[in-house]
Amino acid sequence: MTHHSPHIPDVEGDRLEVLYEDKKPPYEGAEAIAEANRCLYCVDAPCIKACPTAIDIPTFIRKIGTGNVKGAARTILTQNLLGKSCGQVCPVEVLCAGACVYNDWNRDPIKIGRLQRYAVETALAEDPQLFKPKAPTGKRVALVGAGPASIAAAGWLALEGHEVAIYEKKLLPGGLNTLGIAPYKMKVEEALTEITWVLSLGNVELYQGVEIVPVSGSPEEVSVATLLQQYDAVLLGLGLGPDSRLKIPGEDGGGVVGATHLIERLKADPTLRFKGVDRAIIVGGGNTAVDVAHELALLGIDATMVYRGGDHELSAYEHELASGRVDGMKVLCERSPVAVLRDNIGKVTGVRVIRTEDKKPVPGTEEDLRADLVVVAVGQSRATEVARSFPGVELDTRGRVIVDPKTHRTGNPKVWSAGDCVNGGKEVVNAVAEAKIAVTSMHAFLMGAEMGAEKGVGA
Amino acid sequence: MADLSIDFAGIKSPNPFWLASAPPTNTGDQVMRAFDAGWGGAVWKTLGNPIVNVSSRFGGIDYGNTRMMGLNNIELITDRPLEVNLREIREVKRRYPNHAVITSLMVETKEEWKEIIQRAEEAGSDGHELNFGCPHGMCERGMGSAVSSEPKVLREIASWAVEFATKPVIVKLSPNVTDIVEPGEAVLESKAHGISLINTIKSIMGIDLDRMVPLPRVGDASTNGGYCGPAVKPVALHMVGELTRHPYIAKLPISGIGGISNWRDAAEFIALGCTSVQVCTAVMHYGYRIVEDMIEGLNDFLDSKGMKSVLELRGRAAPQYKNWGELDLGYRVVADISTDKCIGCQLCYVACMDGAHQCIHLPGRTEEQARKAGHTHIPKLIPDRAVTAKGGTPGARVPFVDEEECIGCNLCQLVCPVSGCITMKEVASDKPHETWDDRVQRGADFVPGGLHVTEMERAKRNG
Repeated sequence: MTHHSPHIPDVEGDRLEVLYEDKKPPYEGAEAIAEANRCLYCVDAPCIKACPTAIDIPTFIRKIGTGNVKGAARTILTQNLLGKSCGQVCPVEVLCAGACVYNDWNRDPIKIGRLQRYAVETALAEDPQLFKPKAPTGKRVALVGAGPASIAAAGWLALEGHEVAIYEKKLLPGGLNTLGIAPYKMKVEEALTEITWVLSLGNVELYQGVEIVPVSGSPEEVSVATLLQQYDAVLLGLGLGPDSRLKIPGEDGGGVVGATHLIERLKADPTLRFKGVDRAIIVGGGNTAVDVAHELALLGIDATMVYRGGDHELSAYEHELASGRVDGMKVLCERSPVAVLRDNIGKVTGVRVIRTEDKKPVPGTEEDLRADLVVVAVGQSRATEVARSFPGVELDTRGRVIVDPKTHRTGNPKVWSAGDCVNGGKEVVNAVAEAKIAVTSMHAFLMGAEMGAEKGVGA
Repeated sequence: MADLSIDFAGIKSPNPFWLASAPPTNTGDQVMRAFDAGWGGAVWKTLGNPIVNVSSRFGGIDYGNTRMMGLNNIELITDRPLEVNLREIREVKRRYPNHAVITSLMVETKEEWKEIIQRAEEAGSDGHELNFGCPHGMCERGMGSAVSSEPKVLREIASWAVEFATKPVIVKLSPNVTDIVEPGEAVLESKAHGISLINTIKSIMGIDLDRMVPLPRVGDASTNGGYCGPAVKPVALHMVGELTRHPYIAKLPISGIGGISNWRDAAEFIALGCTSVQVCTAVMHYGYRIVEDMIEGLNDFLDSKGMKSVLELRGRAAPQYKNWGELDLGYRVVADISTDKCIGCQLCYVACMDGAHQCIHLPGRTEEQARKAGHTHIPKLIPDRAVTAKGGTPGARVPFVDEEECIGCNLCQLVCPVSGCITMKEVASDKPHETWDDRVQRGADFVPGGLHVTEMERAKRNG
């Protein structure tokens, strides 16, 4: 059994992430109990139904109220091994807390996310040995990618006694949960601490900086054939690919950057500084665009989202838009970028935009907006190409891995898939929920009981 | 503005709100600040021979987010020299001649009672309260609650006090007895002038599970203390009710004590027959300032009921306190859930299923599902009503009360978190107005379906 504690490489200089304060700081014990005691302990509660991982929220909250914090953590983690980070990064406003009956009553909904974080952090700090793995089964499972789906799957598989190997091409595990979360919600170390705990649950090996490829050409690469040969089952947790591009003149060159790439550097790269950047334009209307605009605004940069649709068409969550606006971020709707403007030495000076109606450009309405930095937040490409190398695995027209939603099994009976590469890009909690479905099916397969009769897997 | 002033066995007070003998009446400075805040009277922290106290002394019990639902203490009587207390009483009475200052007293021998009563009266005390109630410490030395539990002793000591006093004598009773009427009747026989109750209830506040020591902790041990605060109010009301429905004891003025925290609590004690009320825990929690709301609230309440004085309220509810056998068996209420107010928490449903009579149904179930959930009686129609409270959760359903099965127990209404959502509505009953006592009288006090021996015995009796 190996124990990992992934950590940020020791590099000189502060990462910008450390400048951010938690928007929802951890509760002190008395605060948590006071909040827990507000919970009505509803029956068949709407918050449970609103949680993709169906955590028994009223039960864990009641346990916090009675001082049974360890039991609260057990209730949470049994349903969701990444319960701590989900407590921090879930959009609770549109999930559990959004369904709280207090909303109907014009009262503040229970702060479920903060209570969940409190329970898991407090309990694991006191006793990380909350769960014991079952006896080794001798079965080996490979997980491709170390994002939330794979991390959660690794934990559950290890608790069932399987031997797990995770292959991650990046140097840090966790995927977007480590490198893509707004730093005022969760920081890199916090994500890594959680991963370290999950990996300690059983026999899990994490290979960092190793890529799965159709045909291996170097020691940092493992071929698909080798993987299928050496393991009894495989989970594809491929996530998404690089940021999509605008494909407009002037986009190439310094001063234009993809949104997830920028967030990753902000969180993990101590060399990143925004010297000379007073104004930034963020192209896009989704949650990633809001995150970037919000993060830049908090650094004192004049940050404006530019979106081709109308205000009501923004796909970002209302609560995120409101929170970003409070911190100074601006939103400019019904504008579409047509060119990135640069001066004679190639430095970005702005973006030429055109007005839109129904997302269609209106000729003759171009205007120039000043900017020193342009961030492109119009989605991410697929990273699913490697999946095609697994015989029987198919992708849909949008490049997503096709699975049976009841089992998350692909067309290859040894291969399952979960997370963004299947759903096209959702929350951490969705990835965990899908991982649980996949692991339940996978475990039944590994133990020789095919689908239908097996019990659900839980910690 | 109603007249709040009272005359308690000759003790006059601008209002019925007195501070109970406790830490809030420990010193003259405190009592004067209390009078400035609006309190009508104060029963001084019990006087006697000086004692030694321990540290710590209080224990609290919380309920949910409510701090100090109950409080207990293991503090003894005043630990200040008698002469200091008497000097301050004299000063308070000089400055506040129209407020009531009552001296709580606790000593042992007849000679001691004689001296302390005389010295208290010389200091200006308006009356005496004999502390026969404290259930900790002093009772181990034959005083306090030890006296309440021995009616003969109580009668004798109270008679001494009546003999020595020129001012009214109030006997403060302990609730730590099987039947409060026994010490109540002993007070009557002693010719004392009034009763106050309840003193605190014997209690252990909790256990420190790390040290394995009960609370409140004094070093590595603890002892039983006196329990008070909002949690004891129902116990106190019952004991007051037992005395105020007694044909003779009810003639004595009674000062109600036990968990009174606001004007409504006070109004309830007065409606059950009290002349004055005494407050301690609420003041220890929030300070003397709470009396402002008590005065204002009681005033407004009396006005709203068209009562000109607090005397008009006194005892209004007492005649309605009856024995179970006098209750109407024909009366019937059923629960009614408001679709406008229901927020869909379903606490009423689970309470009814597991703690009552399985008559609240969730809409949208098949008969099979309902039976599986534990229902035995399935109504013909379960209306599928959506929650319509402001911003109601989409899809949430209003539970449905099967009125045929509802036995009107109140439980759903008690657990419902939304004020006014569940009401108990009176429904026409197919049974006549009849009490159990009526049935006993007409020989119908037998319900079939019980023990064989009972049935045989009865058949024999009926010949």
